[in-house]
Amino acid sequence: MMEPRFGMSAPQGTSAPDPDAQVARGDHAWMLISCALVLMMTGPGLALFYSGLVRKKNVLSVMMQCIYLMGFMSIIWALYGYSLAFGSGPDNFLGELIGDFQYVFMRNVDAFYGDTGRDVPMAGEIPRLTHMLFQGMFFIITPALIVGGFAERMRFKAMVLFMLLWGTLVYCPLAHWVWGGGLLQFGEAPSYWLGALDFAGGTVVHISSGITALVCALLIGKRLGYGSEPMPPHNLTYTCIGACLLWVGWFGFNAGSAGAADTVAACAFATTHLSAAAGAFAWATIEWTSRGKPTVLGTCSGAVAGLVCITPAAGHVTLMPAIVFGLLAGVFCYFGCTTLKARFGYDDSLDVFGIHGLGGTLGALLTGVFATRAVNDVGQGMPLGLIEGGTQLIPQFLAVVITWVYAAVVSWVLLKLIDLVVGLRVTQEEEIQGLDLSQHGEEGYIFL
Amino acid sequence: MKKVEAIIRHFKLEEVKNALTEQGIHGMTVTEVRGFGRQKGHTEMYRGTEYAVDFVPKVKIEVVVADNMAQRVVDTIIRSAQTGQIGDGKVFVSDLSEVIRIRTGETGEDAL
Repeated sequence: MMEPRFGMSAPQGTSAPDPDAQVARGDHAWMLISCALVLMMTGPGLALFYSGLVRKKNVLSVMMQCIYLMGFMSIIWALYGYSLAFGSGPDNFLGELIGDFQYVFMRNVDAFYGDTGRDVPMAGEIPRLTHMLFQGMFFIITPALIVGGFAERMRFKAMVLFMLLWGTLVYCPLAHWVWGGGLLQFGEAPSYWLGALDFAGGTVVHISSGITALVCALLIGKRLGYGSEPMPPHNLTYTCIGACLLWVGWFGFNAGSAGAADTVAACAFATTHLSAAAGAFAWATIEWTSRGKPTVLGTCSGAVAGLVCITPAAGHVTLMPAIVFGLLAGVFCYFGCTTLKARFGYDDSLDVFGIHGLGGTLGALLTGVFATRAVNDVGQGMPLGLIEGGTQLIPQFLAVVITWVYAAVVSWVLLKLIDLVVGLRVTQEEEIQGLDLSQHGEEGYIFL
Repeated sequence: MKKVEAIIRHFKLEEVKNALTEQGIHGMTVTEVRGFGRQKGHTEMYRGTEYAVDFVPKVKIEVVVADNMAQRVVDTIIRSAQTGQIGDGKVFVSDLSEVIRIRTGETGEDAL
């Protein structure tokens, strides 16, 4: 992510007479655009992608969860989330685990007027508030991804409570470990074997949301009638539009994670695109050959699987490996969403685990195979991936295991607690009626 | 009076309507319906999950006519709606006891 490139110890611009003179304007322009692109991934991207997949009585509930989280998570982020994730933390083991309060209430993020005039805290060559914004968009989309695991049956109140706690206790620590100078950050971790490469969120965003969605699906149980009643997607045109918006927004997500408009960003842009392309192609091909017809939903799912898989590696691999990432993700996630899900019978309603959990895991591991110092020399000449004789695969594996276990255990505890306090699931009558009416008092489609 | 109900293919609707109009029929009611008979439905697949869709969409035409017109109307529908393939639909004819035009209160064949 951006932090290692900016450096946690970057001077905070304490005595500059003209703050704008310090800002690298080309880089800054790209980062502001990337912020907007990543926000667009949640709304309308993910909102459309998900809402098309549910039944029409629940179309609004999924859109609501996405747009509500765009508001709710942003406030948490500004109040204390950013500080927990990116505060540098005390210089001991606690500081490896969680950030401190240096940015609470946007202290040391906001511009201020001091003895030497107007001053703007910096994160490298862009203002810290831009860094805060960019990271804040990730804090929105990660919980929004989880929504697909419990779609069509979770109480809205329980969802809000869960996301508040999950964002605080799972996302913020994970982001701190991997990007905020913590336990798992490449070059900053206490041990080389823990320093994982995660360019734009393979572990922090995709593995964490995928595993959490699986835990949610297991604890909240299957939808009423799952397996006996047909539950086909009610509007795949939404889903297709949503997938395309995700594809475009992902350029902000991945190439923006370079933190600058530089050659690493260009590489991340290109690898992201090629992996999505290969994922779409692979999933459609496997359906075409094994079931006779290539489907729209399959092609969309494959593109997203490719995007997920390349995320940790985007600024670390060359272009032909990026195609391999996409092809493998398409095939692997296809079997995850079909064979694996059918075999174990869990109702991960919109396949968050199948695509984000499995695709993110595959991507994090493949990063340890294909990462090369030729693209991004993060190890000062040290070989990285297996293909150039490096040992990065081991830290990648450890980071995957730690993320799986941490996200699963904390989510499980939180869900059990929330179930006791407010109840996770809507009543049977509310579920039959649909969440649009029972939770929000509205209907998605009123044709008079 | 007779009520003639015909379940036909969507793309035959214009042809049937025109043929009936030529026979002097100047009113009908059309609804979108779903159902099944000898024509099988189809399967749909979403991320590997297959769903059998048994109910096939069709169009239902309802025409109410005087007794002496009924046979002509049935023949006209059959002629214009037929393709010869399974799935052409069916025609149902039944007796109808009363018709009332709401605007004027006219009853029976005067109200048709």
